[in-house]
Amino acid sequence: MGTELVTGNHAAGYALSAAGEANRFARGAACGIYPITPQTEIVEYVASFPFSKGEVVPVESEHSAMGVSIGASLAGARAFTASSSNGLAYMTENIMVAGFYRLPIVMVAVNRTLGPPWNIWADQGDTLFLRDFPWIQLYCQDNQEVLDTTLLAFRLAEDPRILLPVMVCMDAFILSHTQTATELPEQELVDRYLPPLDLPHRLRGDHPVTLGGLVWPAEAAYQRADVERAMARVPEVLAECRAAFEDVFGRPVGDALETWGTEDAATILVASSTVATTAREVVRRRREAGEKVGIVRVKMFRPFPERALRAACAGARRVGVLDRNYAAGVGGVFWQDTRAAFQGVPRGPLVQGYLTGLCGGDVTPETIAQVLDDLTRRRVAERPLWPGLEVAEEASA
Amino acid sequence: MSTDTASVHASSAEQVGLPCSEDCLLRPGNTNCGGCGMSVGLTLLGRVLAAERRECQLAIPACCGIVTAGGYPTTSYGVPVVATTFASAPAYASGMARVRSLNGERHEVICWAGDGGTYDIGIATLSAAAERDEDLIYVCYDNEIYGNTGGQRSSATPAGALTTTTPGGKAEAKKDIMAIMAAHGVPYAATLSIAHPEDFERKIRTALEIRGTRFLLLHSPCPTGWKAEPGDSIQLVRLAVASGLFPLYEVWDGVRYRLNAEPDGTDPAEYFTLQKRFAPGEVDPQEARRVGAARFERLRALAAMQSG
Repeated sequence: MGTELVTGNHAAGYALSAAGEANRFARGAACGIYPITPQTEIVEYVASFPFSKGEVVPVESEHSAMGVSIGASLAGARAFTASSSNGLAYMTENIMVAGFYRLPIVMVAVNRTLGPPWNIWADQGDTLFLRDFPWIQLYCQDNQEVLDTTLLAFRLAEDPRILLPVMVCMDAFILSHTQTATELPEQELVDRYLPPLDLPHRLRGDHPVTLGGLVWPAEAAYQRADVERAMARVPEVLAECRAAFEDVFGRPVGDALETWGTEDAATILVASSTVATTAREVVRRRREAGEKVGIVRVKMFRPFPERALRAACAGARRVGVLDRNYAAGVGGVFWQDTRAAFQGVPRGPLVQGYLTGLCGGDVTPETIAQVLDDLTRRRVAERPLWPGLEVAEEASA
Repeated sequence: MSTDTASVHASSAEQVGLPCSEDCLLRPGNTNCGGCGMSVGLTLLGRVLAAERRECQLAIPACCGIVTAGGYPTTSYGVPVVATTFASAPAYASGMARVRSLNGERHEVICWAGDGGTYDIGIATLSAAAERDEDLIYVCYDNEIYGNTGGQRSSATPAGALTTTTPGGKAEAKKDIMAIMAAHGVPYAATLSIAHPEDFERKIRTALEIRGTRFLLLHSPCPTGWKAEPGDSIQLVRLAVASGLFPLYEVWDGVRYRLNAEPDGTDPAEYFTLQKRFAPGEVDPQEARRVGAARFERLRALAAMQSG
């Protein structure tokens, strides 16, 4: 296929379809689909793909889209879907089931503001509010990464040591509707990267189990512990999936956590998705001017790579977290987890949260510069700040 | 079935002389209530599936049907069962059925749901699956109440019935789910009564011969919710058919109707007095008879339309 100018949605649709097609010699591919701005083009792409062995079911709601994908996955097919914003909120009950049924479903989620108000622009609050479910969450910085990470997500999800669904996230419009040069792999390579799926617990007539029936407290708690053990294995398996990806496709795919200039930095920014790419450019300029600043991009939010984050920030005095999301009564979600990662670390860094680009607002180099100016002068951490907004402080709760 | 659990169940059934083999859909030893219509329905369904040598997988939403499975690691079902979210049985079943067909397999995918999951929370999902004509069987065992939560009103609860959320008696009439499903033009829809087992089993066999969405409505007595004697369960649903309160009929493609049992003029009064959910004086049996008769005449006219 070579390199083409495609949107993030096109890249995601391409990857989902190719991954589904790659299972044609096993039990095929199947998914439930439902439209919502700004991901609709993904499910349109999937619906028009000429699967050799696949079923695309256009249903009446996101709740049922995940329901069909769950049923298909239980029957052994490679299953996937895509959604966004209020669609994810409506789908939530079945998102939880997919995780606790240990189904390797891949969902591309285009990050859009949860309404109200009606706002279709980028905000990560929609997927972050699903953070406590047994799903791996990966946040992408560009269209190539969306495509590559979606392919990788199937291999990671289907690994017998993991068997957890994966959410591949991208910013609304900034990626979903923006064309960039993207390498689209041949089907043959995708076939090589994604071996046929053989779900160990798929429904079989000769094995009459009841899945999801009543489980007493002690055994039910073990189920949670099993999920946690699988989560703990993710970094190791992710490394293998990334190495295999580079072997097959000849290019690397982003790690759980990426650092830039952190080795000698006294001040470090933590960011994700496209905000990280803007921040990286500002950091680069500051370093050229002699400032000891660095940046960490958190690509994998679940499981949270806290050990790698601590290592990356080992020499830092100050860490500033950029959150394009808002958790009521607390602040930013990435900030909460970053702060928690340094809990108990002797002489750990000051960790300040910044709420930037909420509800689709632009996060410009000027915004980042404002953050860095505040951060480098900071002696104590405060409640998360709203750079660019004039938000009157109430007495803290 | 080769699993240890299944063979343990089967052999214990043989030991106590129950007419049960490894083909049991509902195994002996389940803890369902005495007089439970759903349990008899599962037994009849399982009997036909075994006789026809048809395998099945069940998708069961929140309802007594999933409580029936019992506690992990045992299960009262002799087939694979998936517990679905309350509104989702037809969605999960759609995925299961599509992949079944994609792989050339023949087992039936069956949704087994109560009236709450069918008439109320699950109706959008059911409607959508029917509109897509998904290749599945949907059985609603209708006990006219939210049973395993202790007896709250659903849109299947008949007018006048006392429930914990209609302590003064339900004001509204029961929703006509058969008319709704027939309006979807599904290939087959039929009502079932455990007081008419031959008719019940014939309809299951008919459904097994048809592809597409097949909807079956089972009038399912619930002694706990209906405040009735378990020993009266079958008599109650027999009275419902005989008095015209629950007509037995079939609909093909939403247009071809067939009536299976004529009301014989039985007074519905006994149906109401045997159940404490109907407070004395709350329901006028003659009004109920009039409403039932009017509906039956409508069905008779529909049946005559396509034969005339």
